[in-house]
Amino acid sequence: MSPDAARRRRRWNTAVIVTAVLTVLLAGAMLCCGNTFYGPAVVFRVLRGEMISSASYAILQLRLPRMLGAVFSGMAFGMAGFVFQTVLRNPLASPDVIGISTSTSAAAVFCISVLGLQGIVVPAVSVVTGLCVSLIIYLLAARNGFSHARMILIGIGVQAMLGAVISWVLSRTSEYDVANTMRWMNGSLTNARMQESLTVMAVAVLGAVFLFSRREAMRLIELGDAYAETLGGNIRRLYPQVIAAAVLLVAFATAAVGPVSSVSFLAGPIASRISGRSRSTLIPSALAGAVLVLAADLIGQFLMPARYPAGVITGLLGGPYLLYLLVTINRKGETA
Amino acid sequence: MSENMVMSARNLASGYDGRIIIPDMTMTIPAGKISVLIGANGCGKSTLLKAFCRLNRVYAGTITLGDRDIRDYGPKEYARSVGMLPQSPAVPEGISVRELVTRGRFPYRQPLKGLAAADYQAVDRAIAVMGIEAIADRNVDELSGGQRQRVWIALSLAQETDILFLDEPTTFLDISYQIEILELLVRLNRENRTTIVMVLHDINLAARYADYLFAMKQGQLIREEKPADIIDEALIREVYGMESRIITDPVYGTPNVIPVGNPSLLRE
Repeated sequence: MSPDAARRRRRWNTAVIVTAVLTVLLAGAMLCCGNTFYGPAVVFRVLRGEMISSASYAILQLRLPRMLGAVFSGMAFGMAGFVFQTVLRNPLASPDVIGISTSTSAAAVFCISVLGLQGIVVPAVSVVTGLCVSLIIYLLAARNGFSHARMILIGIGVQAMLGAVISWVLSRTSEYDVANTMRWMNGSLTNARMQESLTVMAVAVLGAVFLFSRREAMRLIELGDAYAETLGGNIRRLYPQVIAAAVLLVAFATAAVGPVSSVSFLAGPIASRISGRSRSTLIPSALAGAVLVLAADLIGQFLMPARYPAGVITGLLGGPYLLYLLVTINRKGETA
Repeated sequence: MSENMVMSARNLASGYDGRIIIPDMTMTIPAGKISVLIGANGCGKSTLLKAFCRLNRVYAGTITLGDRDIRDYGPKEYARSVGMLPQSPAVPEGISVRELVTRGRFPYRQPLKGLAAADYQAVDRAIAVMGIEAIADRNVDELSGGQRQRVWIALSLAQETDILFLDEPTTFLDISYQIEILELLVRLNRENRTTIVMVLHDINLAARYADYLFAMKQGQLIREEKPADIIDEALIREVYGMESRIITDPVYGTPNVIPVGNPSLLRE
């Protein structure tokens, strides 16, 4: 292997190791910190099953679900963003920009407030809605020849419309339901519950394995659909498969911690910036997503004058990056 | 490389978006030879190429590779036999020449496994044959058009197919690079016995480098033969609707087309 190729590979490995270590450290910090600080030793003893009064409750009942929710929803958001940005070959095309995330929230809010549903059926309806909305956006963009730029603009329009739907539903929601529906609207880990956290963990692991098996095929997409097809990429099967996986990831992550804004949008670009592109950035994107959610939640809890939900912190990062992308894309004279 | 598989179309109707561009085509691609498709813009050359590469629908008739219908092949299986270099492929950002050439090994890879020794060998061989060792670690997006075209062909080489289709491989290249690329393809054909089928716009270069010429007009095949046997003023008139004189290439002895145009416009 030439020194340059070795350097590229080392960069990728370093990025994965650093983000993985960071994930573990931040996750550990999340178990230690709270109203009362418990040292790593106490946390380990509690995790091994020892009963320590007060610490056991805080760590197992409050902090563990929150930490698992943060790690695995972060990974899920990161991978979903990676898939959308890769398939649509555009950094703007993440599910939280083109209305996919909002559609899962709108469906959940509608189920809870208007239909009075609860439990697993809510994320299930979100997934189906997310898939339908993806398909509708695709079909609208495919009229008179598919255009990626048009798809993104249509997605942004759909995003706005669904936002209006959410407001309308909320305006006629009883006070009791508002608490339930808020979970689907603000990215916050405060109400993370063990059941949803374990569900998103399972979905994230399964999604990661599936997407990992498709990582090389997804890398062919940047050569163009026709070229990818002649290289054996089976694009017509690949697209629906990976998009469905991404929508599933978004819906279950949102069910667990709400739409933590901009994580999908930011994880992929951060990952390719730090790891380079010598290998698939699927894994670095997942880890970047986890680090973003963990760090945002810790910052929001402990480093701000008041307690802010994680989504507010990530939103602070996402907004300027969106502006930056729009400005630089315009400068290059591209049509998004 | 194995015995070259024969590819042929029988009563093929093909096109895209429900439009039939090629109504009824029957042809056999000469195995182990260089074939060039010529014809005016919009005559269906690219459509035919894409039909052979399974990128366009087959509305009627069949295309066979070996003794099987091409639609019966799995995607990777087909990509191990038939490769295609599109006209102007998208250049991915931030990846090196070697990484790009490695994409040609996709049809040989298992979903959850890394690269095998055979993959590394094929990539090294392709890079050596195309003479791009010196730029193998550069980023593809930094290269000139001519260098880039060598990289794309190296990718196709790494794919190790029996048949390689190229859609206008010399477009956007200056004349010296055009000759260089075409001569590399000739070498590839002679040394590996790779069947090459390409669309070329320059009829004089086509006449020089093709073993067989396929002249097309409005989705139909007009004639197929060795260049020296078919290029004459009548054919050029029929294919391009243009008057010309044919002279003999002083170096290669192949036919050379001189368009007549409107001489009074330039010289009194």
